[in-house]
Amino acid sequence: MLDLEFMRLAFGAGIVVGLLAPAVGFFLVQRRLSLVGDGIGHVAFAGVALGYLLDLPLVLTALVVSVAGGLSIEWIRARRRTAGDQALALIFYTGIAGGVVLVSAAGALNVNLFQFLFGSILTVTRGDLAVIAALGACALAAIALLYRPLVAVVVDEEGARVAGLPVSALNSLTVALAAVTIALSMRIVGILLIAALMVLPVIAASRIAWSMRSTILLGMGIGLGSVLAGITIAYYADLPPGGTTVLVAAAAVLAAESWSVVRG
Amino acid sequence: MSLALRLEKVTFAYGHAPPVLRDVDLEVERGEFVAIAGPNGGGKTTLVRLVVGLEQPTSGRVELMVRKVGYLPQRTQAGIDAPVTVRELVTTGRASRTRLLGPLTAADRVSVQEAIDRVGLGPHADRRLTTLSGGQQQRAFIAKALAADPELLVLDEPTTGVDVEAQDAIAALLQRLRTELEMTILYVSHEFGAVERFVERIVLVRGGIVFDGPPSALPGLWHDPSHAHA
Repeated sequence: MLDLEFMRLAFGAGIVVGLLAPAVGFFLVQRRLSLVGDGIGHVAFAGVALGYLLDLPLVLTALVVSVAGGLSIEWIRARRRTAGDQALALIFYTGIAGGVVLVSAAGALNVNLFQFLFGSILTVTRGDLAVIAALGACALAAIALLYRPLVAVVVDEEGARVAGLPVSALNSLTVALAAVTIALSMRIVGILLIAALMVLPVIAASRIAWSMRSTILLGMGIGLGSVLAGITIAYYADLPPGGTTVLVAAAAVLAAESWSVVRG
Repeated sequence: MSLALRLEKVTFAYGHAPPVLRDVDLEVERGEFVAIAGPNGGGKTTLVRLVVGLEQPTSGRVELMVRKVGYLPQRTQAGIDAPVTVRELVTTGRASRTRLLGPLTAADRVSVQEAIDRVGLGPHADRRLTTLSGGQQQRAFIAKALAADPELLVLDEPTTGVDVEAQDAIAALLQRLRTELEMTILYVSHEFGAVERFVERIVLVRGGIVFDGPPSALPGLWHDPSHAHA
């Protein structure tokens, strides 16, 4: 399996995605914003379509549009101009509708969009892997450096404001990191399923962890294991890697839940 | 004595609703232990949110003469689902004293441990918060507020949902903090309970300040907790 270059590229990208998605997802889950990943995923679809229309690298256009969509969600949510779920719905449906219209305008409706929606192990190029590795490393470094203030905000947002932390900037950073994660992950997991990889490993980890720090680290371990197992199963069973990865992560949640019940 | 905070003619309304507070004047000196009391919906929480800067007055002026504020909000549980240890919780309270990037310094770790020890949770520092009793959890949140070495400690309903014994322990802890650290304390509650023994000043809030003086001068019916809900 590893004799094939496309599999080595897929595993390389999968390692970055498997570690990054739960690390970012932890902060979304703890802020009760699990569905933000889904909303940004739909916006990323519009970014892919824009890439087709303008004949630009799809990862780049998806990245730019996802970050813009994520920051819009946070901007609307923070100003409480509308309820959080309504802000999400607005971005959610605008993203998918915009994507359909743009893809149609680009005359690319015949393109195999399925691979972007649900992932494909055949699509990662060397250039993609370089971008995924570089941006993924930057995103993980940002989380490591800003871990304490990010945690302070998720534990008690108002307390963090009173303490003088730049709460709005940290919240914007969190959704920007989520957008980067989604744009980087669309080749492997697909933009409709990546949100699951941000959420499910964190849920599984929180059932068996003993602290916040261990929740993040265990979540990253479960995410990594899910992606590597998902790609391997996808290769041998000729299945979309996004679906198999998410099913492995869902199985991890069930296993962790069962273990936590048995442990009492 | 110098002032810790001053409110001048402060009026506050949420949006276009009628004002919750109107023309509030209040001065608190450094080292005072003040109870902010009154009925639910009377404006106590709004008053302290104005003090800590979470709300801005519609008119009037709020002036803080202290630099570091420790704040324990009314919702007294960690807003997260992940297992959080006492030490992790208290460490988040140190955020205002530390650099933004990178790990804690050794001095910060010492301060966090001191805050934990001060509330008597040293033996439980690495236990998950959810495994502690309600009173112990509340003391962990007080330690979080203390971790920033505050000059002003603002506690909003810190004894809600804890038993009488734990309320006594928290009241005694606050009195000790005030004496040992010369801290200014604003203590919000719709009931006085054990803290009435320690405070030297009670401010009754009901859309404005309707009483401001020592507990001994308080009209008799206000000592009855049931009156607070009226």
